[in-house]
Amino acid sequence: MIEAVGLTKRYGKTLAVDNLSFSVPTGRVTGFLGPNGAGKSTTMRMILGLDTPTGGSALIDGKRYRDLHQPLRTVGALLDAKWVHPNRSARAHLQWMAKSNKLPARRVDEVLEIVGLTAVAGKRAGGFSLGMSQRLGIAAALLGDPQVLLFDEPVNGLDPEGILWIRKFMHRLADEGRTVFVSSHLLSEMALTAQELVVIGRGKLISQSSTEDFVAQATENTVRVRSPQLAVLRGALGRLGANLRDEGENLVVSGMDCADIGELAAREGVVLHELSPQRGSLEEAFMQLTGDSVEYHTELTDGQTPATLVPAGK
Amino acid sequence: MSLVSAERIKLFSTRSPWACGLLAIALPVAFTALLAAQAGGDLEIDIGATQLTAGLGRSVVLVLAALAVTSEYRFGTIRSTFQAVPNRSAALLAKALVVAGLTGVIGACVGFGCWAMFRLIKPNAGLALDSGQDWRTVAGQALVFALAALLALGVGILVRQTAGAVALLLVYSLLVESLVTLIPKVGQDIQHWLPFFAADRFIGVGRDNGAREVVDLPLTPWGYLLYFAVIALAVLTAGIFSATRRDA
Ligand SMILES: Nc1ncnc2c1ncn2[C@@H]1O[C@H](COP(=O)(O)OP(=O)(O)OP(=O)(O)O)[C@@H](O)[C@H]1O
Ligand SMILES: [Mg+2]
Repeated sequence: MIEAVGLTKRYGKTLAVDNLSFSVPTGRVTGFLGPNGAGKSTTMRMILGLDTPTGGSALIDGKRYRDLHQPLRTVGALLDAKWVHPNRSARAHLQWMAKSNKLPARRVDEVLEIVGLTAVAGKRAGGFSLGMSQRLGIAAALLGDPQVLLFDEPVNGLDPEGILWIRKFMHRLADEGRTVFVSSHLLSEMALTAQELVVIGRGKLISQSSTEDFVAQATENTVRVRSPQLAVLRGALGRLGANLRDEGENLVVSGMDCADIGELAAREGVVLHELSPQRGSLEEAFMQLTGDSVEYHTELTDGQTPATLVPAGK
Repeated sequence: MSLVSAERIKLFSTRSPWACGLLAIALPVAFTALLAAQAGGDLEIDIGATQLTAGLGRSVVLVLAALAVTSEYRFGTIRSTFQAVPNRSAALLAKALVVAGLTGVIGACVGFGCWAMFRLIKPNAGLALDSGQDWRTVAGQALVFALAALLALGVGILVRQTAGAVALLLVYSLLVESLVTLIPKVGQDIQHWLPFFAADRFIGVGRDNGAREVVDLPLTPWGYLLYFAVIALAVLTAGIFSATRRDA
């Protein structure tokens, strides 16, 4: 279990992490979600004792990271796959890490096998593709067979195959009863990977809940209505206090479900051509929630939301 | 001990320490060969003259030691290091031990290599090692190289950038220390207290040629070694201290 209490980090003028408190439960995959610059990496560096918090603390099973004896046996982490000397072989990279925590040398070959890098173990890491580097980073994280794992944006820049591999891998780790804390700025990705979600924006906690709850709460349900007598229906709906929005030829109603609208249409004698429930996209919901807290706003504004990504399955 | 092994694996699993190490030995030995070939006929040459080019090797060793840590900052492996070993002082001390060990060996190779090369070319120059002073001049390179490397490691930890650390070390050791004498009146006195000057006095490089400055030095050769060691370890300590306080 990882616990952050009032975690705060200030770099000069920027308050990167602002009084952040959350907990990462044991034996589950917990997503750490926030837009770019929200402070995810900073928080993870503080958990690992790399950056000293300006205030508050982060504890792993009740201990500060720096008080852990041979920490690779307790916590494995992949913060940046590029943190490898390009002229060192993958095996040598793992060997020195293993040695530093008195891990047996055969463990190096085991983790290479697990991530499927055995064939290229002797090659210099600088020549690895991003996917291979990511696997090497995961191998390093697994070296000490730790119960707690931290991954910072592990799927960033990977191709679909790589993403799938990582996603499956996270589940496997959680199934083995490990605690996995994985960051991302994509809610759609987290919805597939994580059971719990810690959401932050501008260094502040926005919510901590199960992924299901977060998605249900965050996505607004609407109904799309198509009708030749839209004007009549609009008046009737307006009197009932429904929220209306035009979308081309259609009307989008929120605050009422299909049944209510259908019955109302029948009462008013309005012909309906379409009445379909719409599930809000996760990305939209996420942007809505963290909208005010995005570090750098772009000139792209509403109406140009990127392709809607509806959560597939669970 | 496991930390030392880890640092040893790290140091020897990349090319640059090997390249630097070989260069640090080959360069002074090769130039000693040139020097010896041109040295005067059968006049008595002192042991100090065999070590005139060792400074080249020492400069390369400064680069090697600085690189040992700045490359870790450059590639982010310092974070993996501190993640594996949160006790940063312990991790960096282990690195210091490994670097000192390697550079000590390089220093010995340079000291004896240059001496042997000179003697090979000038067999009649009376270059046998028959006094304690002679041994100090040749074998002492091991100590000087190791201490210089610790100093460079400290600078590397403080500066963190390869280019900055290397430039600082080379410009200081090759230029600043000799240019200090240009300061009127006090220049000479200041020079007598500078670290690399101290290292050279311990070795006794050109102790008879440079008679002018050897008149009244404040310290004995061993006193100078101690002085050099104190400075090198102070810089290293400052580096380690700052690394424990900074964000990685
Ligand atoms: N070492 C540093 N020095 C100064 N500012 C920093 C430092 N590290 C992070 N910041 C700032 O802190 C804020 C949070 O950065 P952080 O990298 O933690 O965000 P993030 O959530 O990981 O973003 P991303 O999704 O882009 O990786 C940013 O404004 C960043 O500019
Ligand atoms: Mg980040």
